[in-house]
Amino acid sequence: MQRSKNDVWVGLFVLLGAVAVLFLALKAANLLTWSFSQDYEVTAKFDNIGGLKPGAAVKSAGVVVGRVKSIAFDGESFQAKVTLALQSEHAFPQDSSLKILTSGLLGEQYLDVSPGADEKNLVAGDKIGSTQSAVILENLISQFLFNQAEKSSEGQKP
Amino acid sequence: MITTMLGALGANTRQLLADWGFAARLFFKLLGMSGAALKRFALVRDQVHFLGNYSLAIITVSGLFVGFVLGLQGYYTLQRYGSAEALGLLVALSLVRELGPVVAALLFAGRAGASLTAEIGLMRAGEQLTALEMMAVDPLQRILAPRFWGGIIALPLLAAVFSAVGILGGYVVGVLLIGVDAGSFWSQMQGGVDVFKDVGNGIIKSVVFGVAVTFIALLQGYVAKPTPEGVASATTRSVVVSSLSVLGLDFILTAMMFSI
Repeated sequence: MQRSKNDVWVGLFVLLGAVAVLFLALKAANLLTWSFSQDYEVTAKFDNIGGLKPGAAVKSAGVVVGRVKSIAFDGESFQAKVTLALQSEHAFPQDSSLKILTSGLLGEQYLDVSPGADEKNLVAGDKIGSTQSAVILENLISQFLFNQAEKSSEGQKP
Repeated sequence: MITTMLGALGANTRQLLADWGFAARLFFKLLGMSGAALKRFALVRDQVHFLGNYSLAIITVSGLFVGFVLGLQGYYTLQRYGSAEALGLLVALSLVRELGPVVAALLFAGRAGASLTAEIGLMRAGEQLTALEMMAVDPLQRILAPRFWGGIIALPLLAAVFSAVGILGGYVVGVLLIGVDAGSFWSQMQGGVDVFKDVGNGIIKSVVFGVAVTFIALLQGYVAKPTPEGVASATTRSVVVSSLSVLGLDFILTAMMFSI
């Protein structure tokens, strides 16, 4: 196979393409954040997950410590069963609790881990007992309206 | 009167079917030759140089400006809803999923596909393909197969360069000119773009487009009428047909990949 000066230019072109793909994978996408760290999985049940999606962040004190791996419906308890993959360098007490929060007013929903005080830490396969469901805007509004209606009817009675 | 019309209809349908059949046969023949073509890699390398390196300038400049415009327009819409930090996500997703593969393929069809068709068409008009056959050299293997593989290799790389440069363009306009926070620009992007679902599917798209555009260009050149007008209309048809099939294929692929 003869060599020509095209070799250099084609090599440069292919290199540039490879750099572009690497840039897209590492800088634009989330390759660094999830495939190189070891995870352990725990599950939790929620009455209502709102708009939580697989891949959403799990944060503690605002720092990402894991991702939501999968969400399924549990037909026995009629609850949502959420599987979380937590990074193994972060350990949490067994009585930690989970909350579904929203980043910003219209932002994505994420899970917040509030550490408990137990001596033992969560290990793979554990279930987190205390969970707080997502805040559903419609429920809030209807609660508010009911309260208002009650107040006004109480005001009229006497 | 009616019989001649019916006859013309039948002849046209038959001709259309025969064209499709010939195209399919040529496609599978080229696929079957890929082993032999890739073995003589010097030929493929020269085609990657011709199709890829020379398209790099137009791809880079267009990617940069598409990124600029996405940054401006995306910011204009997002700041109405108070979520200008999501600009990075918007720019990256639209480039990686759609604009990168599609616009790169359209530019490739105009820049490289047209020249492939004209080259092959002129070879046919000048009876160079017949001359090769006379020397017991298979023109499909010596001329078409290396170009086919050159295009398939070049286009995904060009599309990746387009997306990457476009994201940098969006960064320049969004962060450096408008003043969106750089940290949230990148972190929103990394939070929302998935390596396999978004970047991987974009690469799959550009490979499919590379096959489609290169094959259509080669086919139109190969079946061109061996006259100056024939080559001219084949070049036009090559650009039109490959652009339309890129857009059609993109719809099908998007429906398959991102439907949920």
